[in-house]
Amino acid sequence: MDIGTFLVQCLNSVQYGLLLFLVASGLTLIFGIMGVINLAHGSFYMIGAYMAFALSPLFGDQFLLMLLAGIALAAVLGYLLEWAFFSYLYQRDHLQQVLMTYGLILVFEELRSLLVGNDVHGVKAPAWLDGSFALGELMSYPWYRLFASAACIVLAVGLYWVVHRTRLGMMVRAGASNRDMVRGLGIDIRRLYRIVFAAGVALAALAGMIAAPMSSVYPNMGASVLIICFVVVVIGGIGSITGALVASLLVGFVDTFGKVFFAEISGMGVYLLMAGILIWRPEGLMGRKA
Amino acid sequence: MSAVHPTTAAAPAATATAPRGGWRMRALLPAAVAVAAAIAGPLLGPYWADLLVKVMILSIFALSLELLVGMTGLVSLGHAAFYGIGAYATVLGSGADGGNLIVLMLGAMGAAALYALCVGALSLRTRGVYFIMVTLAFAQMAFFVFHDTKVGGGSDGIYLDVRPTLGGLGLESRHVLFYLVLAALAGTYGLLALVRRSRFGAALAGIRVNEQRMRAAGFATYGYKLAAFVMAGALAGLAGSLLAVRDGVVNPELLSWHTSGDVLLMVILGGMGHLRGAVIGAVVFTLLKELLSTHALMGPLADHWQLTLGLTIIVFVAVLPQGLMGLAQRLGPPIGKGGKP
Repeated sequence: MDIGTFLVQCLNSVQYGLLLFLVASGLTLIFGIMGVINLAHGSFYMIGAYMAFALSPLFGDQFLLMLLAGIALAAVLGYLLEWAFFSYLYQRDHLQQVLMTYGLILVFEELRSLLVGNDVHGVKAPAWLDGSFALGELMSYPWYRLFASAACIVLAVGLYWVVHRTRLGMMVRAGASNRDMVRGLGIDIRRLYRIVFAAGVALAALAGMIAAPMSSVYPNMGASVLIICFVVVVIGGIGSITGALVASLLVGFVDTFGKVFFAEISGMGVYLLMAGILIWRPEGLMGRKA
Repeated sequence: MSAVHPTTAAAPAATATAPRGGWRMRALLPAAVAVAAAIAGPLLGPYWADLLVKVMILSIFALSLELLVGMTGLVSLGHAAFYGIGAYATVLGSGADGGNLIVLMLGAMGAAALYALCVGALSLRTRGVYFIMVTLAFAQMAFFVFHDTKVGGGSDGIYLDVRPTLGGLGLESRHVLFYLVLAALAGTYGLLALVRRSRFGAALAGIRVNEQRMRAAGFATYGYKLAAFVMAGALAGLAGSLLAVRDGVVNPELLSWHTSGDVLLMVILGGMGHLRGAVIGAVVFTLLKELLSTHALMGPLADHWQLTLGLTIIVFVAVLPQGLMGLAQRLGPPIGKGGKP
């Protein structure tokens, strides 16, 4: 493997890892704060990707504007879903959360099939991000992938800033460590839940929209992302944003380089990584002891 | 995770509402159902007999998960892995002459138990929501092994070329398969009923209700949970093995997380904490699926039966958190002191 290929693979790893982080951070926040295990989180990624497919003809080259519109739509969707379904799950045990969100997945997938059909669709990257730039003598790297990484980094920094530097973030962190205390201090926890949930949905949908031009749009794309994100959350530790970031990048590298070196069994790589982490630190890299 | 989330301790009141009468009385109904099935089996037409065999196989599968979810309080979302491994082991082991089914079934159970031992040893280091995620992830790993590599024919799966035989009996006769599956179901049910009554079962129930207290009382809970996990895996492997013989084909779909979700649904549909709940759940789930995908009944929605199934699940969780057995208890006569208000 020469240095050019290595660099390209590194960029791919980082880009994939950052995309996973967007989905996993929402998942880990929703669990950390509300104690809800949300199997339907992958569906939000799927919905985002299909939203990109549906919206891109309308917006043409106004890609950023499309992302903003998508975020708004997804946040509204998240707000409504929280109100209609998830707010009933906070007091229930995990088993019922698993069941109801499993039911939601079936509903989302079939609605997708009814509305858009079961074909694989491509989404075009905007013209101003078309093409690629040279990397070394032989290799080149598409601008769009670089844009995807940059966008994810901006979002990750923004998320970090919100969680660690704002009043809302303070409530979020407090909610993650002691829900009852937060409620006792007179903070409107229902509103906090709704905001966090809407934000989580928006992040997952945004990841889907960003991924759509790279991965195309296909049925059941949510499920594979969901399971990988579970791996990320288990490795990183539940409720920890930093853990999710580290774990996402780790998973990104293991998966990408696994595909390079062990093409046939590459699907197993991240799970073996998870097994190793479970032996070493069952509570996850950044998790606190349960 | 410092906030205490309601995880394993939240399977409430299932044992508190034990039916009246001794175990003889309790064994009467399932035994009567089994005898009725044995008599009715040959009288049924091919469609219903076939459906019944499928329901019985799914019942074994659901019972194996009930051992984890209902009896031990471990919510596994990766139970399909053991089912699928059992099915694949049967087909891969059958060889050119089909082989002996008893040997194949034992082999399938062994293979599934072995994977369950590995997965259980790792995943039982975690608890609650982690456990759900980790079991799902390891099932997905097994899925990828069969889906991506050539071990089991890739994503198309493999066919069982020659059906195994059972001593001198050929399995082409659907009656032989019927009674074989019925016997396996009765055996599984009986075994789990014995486990429930045993000291081991009591320890599992204790772990479900309050694991910390069990540990304080001197039980090495990890070992008990691992034993239950391996046993559940082996029984799921048995169900998978029977399914492979029935269908004559296996594919990676058997290990997919939809299979895991469906079997979990069966257990909860019937009502956790009761063996018969798992069987009822398997029956109801299969019938529901058949109904929802019948064109005559559902019209154009039949092609999108997962939509109606999904909505049914959501309504079910909202309205009947205790399952159908819970409904029966609520509608039935008050049970006296054990009954919930």
